[in-house]
Amino acid sequence: MALSLTLVCLVCSAVLGVVYAVTSDPIKAAEIAKTNASIARVLPEFDAQPVAESIEVGGSVYNYYRVPETGYAIISTVSGFGGPLSVMVGIGDDGLVCNTVVLSHSETPGLGAKCQTDEAFLGQFKGWDPAAKKLAVTKDGGDVDAITASTITSRAYSAAIANAYNVYLKLRGNE
Amino acid sequence: MSKFGLITKGLLKENPTFVLVLGMCPTLATTTSAMNGLEMGLATMFVLILSNIVISLIAPVVPDKVHIPVYIVVIATFVTVLQLLMQAFVPQVYETLGLFIPLIVVNCIVLGRAEAFACKNSVGDSALDGIGIGLGFTLSLTVIGIVREILGSGSLFGWKFIPGDGILAFVMAPGAFLVLGYLMVLFNKLAKR
Repeated sequence: MALSLTLVCLVCSAVLGVVYAVTSDPIKAAEIAKTNASIARVLPEFDAQPVAESIEVGGSVYNYYRVPETGYAIISTVSGFGGPLSVMVGIGDDGLVCNTVVLSHSETPGLGAKCQTDEAFLGQFKGWDPAAKKLAVTKDGGDVDAITASTITSRAYSAAIANAYNVYLKLRGNE
Repeated sequence: MSKFGLITKGLLKENPTFVLVLGMCPTLATTTSAMNGLEMGLATMFVLILSNIVISLIAPVVPDKVHIPVYIVVIATFVTVLQLLMQAFVPQVYETLGLFIPLIVVNCIVLGRAEAFACKNSVGDSALDGIGIGLGFTLSLTVIGIVREILGSGSLFGWKFIPGDGILAFVMAPGAFLVLGYLMVLFNKLAKR
């Protein structure tokens, strides 16, 4: 009885070991491709392989990618309406937000989840100058036009960009 | 039962979703669009066919007392294999289905077929049973997904034909229950004829 169970477990773990060995490289490649695709979306064209680094700002650790001569792609995670909302924010060396892209979210489908696709909402951040315009929804006295019926998500999204900008300021200060 | 009957019974008489009402968790959660439903169904079918084949092979030599743990180990192995393969080769699909791929391990359809069919039938029949039930599950999930996507997003397989937002409730949990309930009534009414 114990023998047959042990045998089954041994065979199964051997199978898993083989599959893991075969797939681990493609999985890594897929992850790198995904990160690079996100960086390419938030920053202007680049050729060098960006290096992952991290920095602590205000008690939280932020991962970011430095693209030399171009800017930073900063990963900023805040709590959204349904859970963590992770946004990659590209900030150029001129201090302007270049573009933003959602990495992962658990917002309501059809409402907050529109923060991934709503061009009217996302478009306003392209070329945004955080030094001049306030990163908060209009309801809170800021300059961000919220997604209809998704104020909390829009608020979180704005906060994510504002946090990323603080990280950027600190990174520039260190340089 | 004829070989052909083994496949069709999964579609109609023993349809896992509308007749046996098994595997409700992925059914309700992943059918937000037709494509998601189809992908979830295919993933489950992959595990179902392979686990049915292996379990029908090893069932005669597995002692009765440990048969459930052995089946679960076999099923979990195939699910993990599937998970790694999806992560490597279809990362986008893996991302949408996320948590529901590892949850196939505890999907009662898979263990149910192992217990009710694969452990007492030949390898060939078990494979056909896996295909039949898997197809039944895939089709049911796709149909639920189609209805929810048309009503909730005004699109079909990602092709948008009604502008605007659609009835949001159908993309969310309440819509899942509603659509499942009405489709179940319709299915059973038609199947009784």
